[in-house]
Amino acid sequence: MDLYNEAQRRKLEYTTRRHFLKKCSTGLGGIALSSLLAPQNLFGSTSGSQMNFDPEILPHFVPKAKRVIYLHMAGAPSQLELFDYKPKLKELHDLDCPKSLLEGKRFAFIQGTPKMLGPQYNFNQYGQSGTFVSDALPHFSKIVDDVTVIKSMHTSEFNHAPAQLMLQTGSARPGRPSMGAWVTYGLGSENDNLPGYMVLVSGGKNPSAGKNAWGSGFLPSEYQGVQCRNSGDPILYVSNPDGMSRDIRKESLDAISAINKSQYKEFNDDETMSRISQYEMAFKMQVSVPDVMDVSKEPEYIREMYGAKEGETSFANNCLLARRLVEQGVRFVQLYHWGWDMHGDSKASSLNEGLKTKCEEVDQSMTALVQDLKQRGLLDDTLIVWGGEFGRTPMRENRGGRIMPYYGRDHHTEAYSIWMAGGGVKGGLSYGETDEIGYYGIKDRVHVHDLQATILNQLGLNHEKFTYNFQGRDFRLTDVHGHVIKDILT
Amino acid sequence: MVTFFKVLKKKNTIFFLFILVLLTSCKEEKIDFNAQVRPILNKNCISCHGGVKQSGGFGMIFRENALGKTRNGKIGVFPGHPEKSEMIARINHKDPEIRMPLEREPLKKEEIAILTRWIKQGAKWDEHWSYLKPKEPALVASNSDWSLNEIDNFVVNKMEEKGVFPSEEAEKYDLIRRVYLDVIGVPPPLSKVKAFVNDSSENAYEKLVDELLESPEYGEHWASMWLDLARYADSKGYEADRAREIWQYRDWVIKAFNKDMPFDQFTIEQLAGDLLPNPTKEQYIATAFHRNTLNNGEGGTDNEEYRIAAVIDRVNTTWEVWQSTTMSCVQCHSHPYDPIRHKEYYTSFAFFNNTSDWDVPTEHPLYREFDTLNQSKLEEVKKWISSYSSSNETDKWEKLIRIQEPKIRPEDFAETHNTTHFNRSNQDYMLVYDNSFVKIENVNLETVDRIYLNYRQGSGVKGTLLVKKDSLNGIVIGKVDLNKTRGFVNIPVEITSSSKKAAVFFEFIGKSKNFNCTIDGFLIGERLPTTKNEEYRSVYKKIDNLLNAPSKYNTPIMVEKSENWSRQTHVFERGNWLVKGDSVSTGIPELLNPEKKEFKNRLDMAKWLVGKENSLTGRVIVNRFWAKIFGKGIVVTSEDFGTLGDLPSHPELLDWLALRFSNDWKWSVKKLLKTIVMSATYKQTSIISKEAKEMDPENQWLTRSPRVRLSAEQIRDQALAVSGLLSDKMYGPSVMPHQPEGVWVAVYNNSVWKTSEGEDAYRRGLYTYLRRSSPYPSLISFDAAEREFCLSRRINTNTPLQALVTLNDPVYMEAARNLAMQIEKIEGNTNKKIETAYMRVMGKEITTEKASVLAKLFSDTSLYYEKHMEEAYELAKTDRLELASLTVMVNVLMNMDEFIVKN
Repeated sequence: MDLYNEAQRRKLEYTTRRHFLKKCSTGLGGIALSSLLAPQNLFGSTSGSQMNFDPEILPHFVPKAKRVIYLHMAGAPSQLELFDYKPKLKELHDLDCPKSLLEGKRFAFIQGTPKMLGPQYNFNQYGQSGTFVSDALPHFSKIVDDVTVIKSMHTSEFNHAPAQLMLQTGSARPGRPSMGAWVTYGLGSENDNLPGYMVLVSGGKNPSAGKNAWGSGFLPSEYQGVQCRNSGDPILYVSNPDGMSRDIRKESLDAISAINKSQYKEFNDDETMSRISQYEMAFKMQVSVPDVMDVSKEPEYIREMYGAKEGETSFANNCLLARRLVEQGVRFVQLYHWGWDMHGDSKASSLNEGLKTKCEEVDQSMTALVQDLKQRGLLDDTLIVWGGEFGRTPMRENRGGRIMPYYGRDHHTEAYSIWMAGGGVKGGLSYGETDEIGYYGIKDRVHVHDLQATILNQLGLNHEKFTYNFQGRDFRLTDVHGHVIKDILT
Repeated sequence: MVTFFKVLKKKNTIFFLFILVLLTSCKEEKIDFNAQVRPILNKNCISCHGGVKQSGGFGMIFRENALGKTRNGKIGVFPGHPEKSEMIARINHKDPEIRMPLEREPLKKEEIAILTRWIKQGAKWDEHWSYLKPKEPALVASNSDWSLNEIDNFVVNKMEEKGVFPSEEAEKYDLIRRVYLDVIGVPPPLSKVKAFVNDSSENAYEKLVDELLESPEYGEHWASMWLDLARYADSKGYEADRAREIWQYRDWVIKAFNKDMPFDQFTIEQLAGDLLPNPTKEQYIATAFHRNTLNNGEGGTDNEEYRIAAVIDRVNTTWEVWQSTTMSCVQCHSHPYDPIRHKEYYTSFAFFNNTSDWDVPTEHPLYREFDTLNQSKLEEVKKWISSYSSSNETDKWEKLIRIQEPKIRPEDFAETHNTTHFNRSNQDYMLVYDNSFVKIENVNLETVDRIYLNYRQGSGVKGTLLVKKDSLNGIVIGKVDLNKTRGFVNIPVEITSSSKKAAVFFEFIGKSKNFNCTIDGFLIGERLPTTKNEEYRSVYKKIDNLLNAPSKYNTPIMVEKSENWSRQTHVFERGNWLVKGDSVSTGIPELLNPEKKEFKNRLDMAKWLVGKENSLTGRVIVNRFWAKIFGKGIVVTSEDFGTLGDLPSHPELLDWLALRFSNDWKWSVKKLLKTIVMSATYKQTSIISKEAKEMDPENQWLTRSPRVRLSAEQIRDQALAVSGLLSDKMYGPSVMPHQPEGVWVAVYNNSVWKTSEGEDAYRRGLYTYLRRSSPYPSLISFDAAEREFCLSRRINTNTPLQALVTLNDPVYMEAARNLAMQIEKIEGNTNKKIETAYMRVMGKEITTEKASVLAKLFSDTSLYYEKHMEEAYELAKTDRLELASLTVMVNVLMNMDEFIVKN
């Protein structure tokens, strides 16, 4: 293609895209934008050279990551028991919390003067990097050199549902598109036979924010996360009704297609043609979904590596499925594992017992996920993020001003830890610091909006330019905030 | 038709000449700010020199900013003197580092000339079109016989201007299906189609339209649209997302549409029904419009934070629904593109900041409805009071009993001692102990002879409440013992004082140090009209009982706080509610209220919205109904009529309709809709001609009827309707039709999806239970609103997941099977059955091409099922093989493109 034609093609893409972004009324809105832009070409070798990307065309620049696996630990794990080692807090254990840490602060449950609470697990340094990890995560300690741990995360919300929404949608109120919806809206899927954004839930319950956490908000509904179900249809309505074999389904789809073509001849509406192709995609999806969702297709040693067992609803199974899905070109895979909210009001919600169980549920499989992607050469362009929606207080929770039966910590917005791996993120790095008791971030603080900006950045999206007009206003995932955390990127 | 085209072409030439004349003579013309200057500013300047970002101290939203000194001391815009205006100097500058717009192509010569002349002529700002009142457009008669009413004259004139042509009228069977779907939301029964197609009388169509406007399904259909704006749902949102009982509001909307309640009244009752004199039950229920806001029941949430979030939503929703003004932009700073100031957000906020609801699970205040026994008790009380007094007085007592307002709550206490008030989630009560007191100021005891304490006591340690006047050492004016209760109760304290405006102290004394109880405030009841007759004691007793009586239905409503305890509104700095700035009172932004009239409360505001001074409401509302029928509005951005919104495609038509609607038609929605659907514009075919596809690809000039995909509710209702399953039952609590297992999983909420029995499983889509965190999946697939926010327009998508719903959802399979069973019974050959099935689904005759496709499908499936009888059994639930093949065929019919769109 000569330069002139290339420019023409770009111009055409540009106007088509602007049409969708701005008007998004009826018309061809249903066709995934990606199919018009052929995003795979932008990732492919042909576009590896430094081209002058038009800022209006997505991605904005050459991406490091093609896809994301987000492991959201719903309920918020305690950073002080896992990654952020604070020997000083041990010394202060059981002493009254100083007034200065309480004044002007809002907590969910702490009342009056709580006691300080020392770390409940031992810490050691691991890997070439000497990254601190507690005894609660023995498997994870083996992959620290592939991982960046961010210890200075902070957020603005101290209740689960709003904080989860803040993390996933950039706003504490329901109704905004989630990160995965934004990403698939911008980049589409690499595989038309599967939804671009898939959600897997474990831990016994949905996250507090419910389906809003993977909703499409004001974006078209096709960009909402599609939840894979553990029983019944793996995706709602993907199976044929009883007595409708695949042959009959195919036959009836051919009939629908023929009738629609006849309708098109009569009415000349392009949307009819679009509907024909959507039905073709639906049929392909009916074939691919059950296949990709079947962990028994994996060799035994791989299942063992994750700790996945056929027929179970577990984080381990979901990690393995996540790998299978990204392998098939799914753009954004979102996992939720519920149950990290260790307040200390029962054994199951104590730091000493409940947290241990939760760590056992995720440690081996999240480690296996990183290792497995690495051995397949997929880690380089797959970004993995692990973390909760906020952190836990260095103080022991004293709900209603009383001593709790077990050790637990209240919700904390000022500091918490997450880790990231692959997709252009450095390995063996500990980023950001908190004060000596882990209350405030004191160096390189990272707000959830910064994390979102960084994730979009790795996918080749400029978070400030990636907007959608709704209610007369241009919205962004990062609202009016967010800075890319450049120091953690390769 | 031929003559019409000739006329059109001739007119076009004239138009072209006219433009030429205009172009050659425009040197002397006065510059039109909106038409010529504003587009240049919006495109090139506003993003850096707007209402928020004012680079170099220069902004162009407010004239006084633009005329002031910029940061470098120069004048940006000097009226009359372009040579002294820094703006002109900078757009002309040779140095690209200094020239505006920065880092972009310089402005065109013509653009610079326009700006220069504009400044020379005095740099006058004109308001954006929508902030100016609608003008009565000159009605241009059309020369064509195509026009049926005024709408068509405007439309055809625009077509002439654009050089495009209208389409022919649609076939009758397409037209009747379309008008049914548009006016009442469901397709016509076959008998109606036949009657209409065979009715050759002149007014056959008009009779049909009138009949539809009077049918009860009309209100159900239009309620769907309004409920998107009202963000109506059956749950509260957030983590636990517990049930909310607010369906009576939905029913109110249906009834209001059905009786064609004038839109001004519709507005006032929803926004301020509680402030009308002696509000009726319906007027209270109407105010639930703004109780559809979310309520956060998660443990540990700050109740004031979420009360404020709800108020913010009320402000934004009101401005969006009635004014299509993006007020939410002003929450944190002045409007970037429209001249609305930051502070003015909070003068709007003040209208809504004074209701007595707050973010707790009880959702108080509620409109409580009693069972028959208690209802008759209430009637007795009312009868007794009215026999000694006015109906005014009776209403006041009814309000106290039913709504338990005015209630003086912990936030209103002037002083407290030895109490705990932890304002978190469901702990938002005040704990009082032995030797606690709370003080309330400004109680007018003159009209009070009892105060009710709302409290709960669980420990069983007894205590006493002493009520004292003026100080803690003042005289005791009331006393009551506090015993263990089951839940919260209202206990009366008789008051023996009649001072005007006193401070009242409530002192709690325990029998032991361990005494504590939880209080949620005081109801200050008025004095009964007489105490001469001893009967008054039994009346009080009934009132006391009723105050603690269980209620059958509870609908959250808006109630204004009493004047003595009203809330003060502050500006939130940068929109952060924790950082309070100047205090403000109620008001309408100056942009829309240039005479700076006073507006004191929600009722004033509601009346202003539908008053003569308002330039927006008529246009905005007319546009919403238009958009619902034509797939998009005359202003496409129905949510934004501001500077950044789209311009109207047919401005005169919009103003004409707005003026008819708000004046001549006295806000009658039915008159509006009738005028629209009676137009030739509406009745056009939806067949897209080759020329139209080229000349008017987006159908901006209405050269045909749009082929719009049906809404989520319509797709479901239609499948049920054509298969004979649809129930016509109206009103009542929301229902739970079949939904796959395991869809409903929410944290800390054990409620389950219990599939409705009988006809309730087949009600219209708008009655489907809507839980915000887990809405009904098949409706959501078709872009139904999740109802967290006010939604002005749904985006119609076209996705494979939708195909999966109509192909595989058991609800659609059941519909297919049900229709197949009826087809099975028809006597005749396969072709006859195919024809009938298609006729039942589409209301018209099948084409031979489509019939042959279905015939092949039928014979193939029949052969297949003969070999796979067990599959046929699974599909048809009987061993009748034909039924299985027919079910497959009907499933195909219900997935046709033509079935899912209106033609």
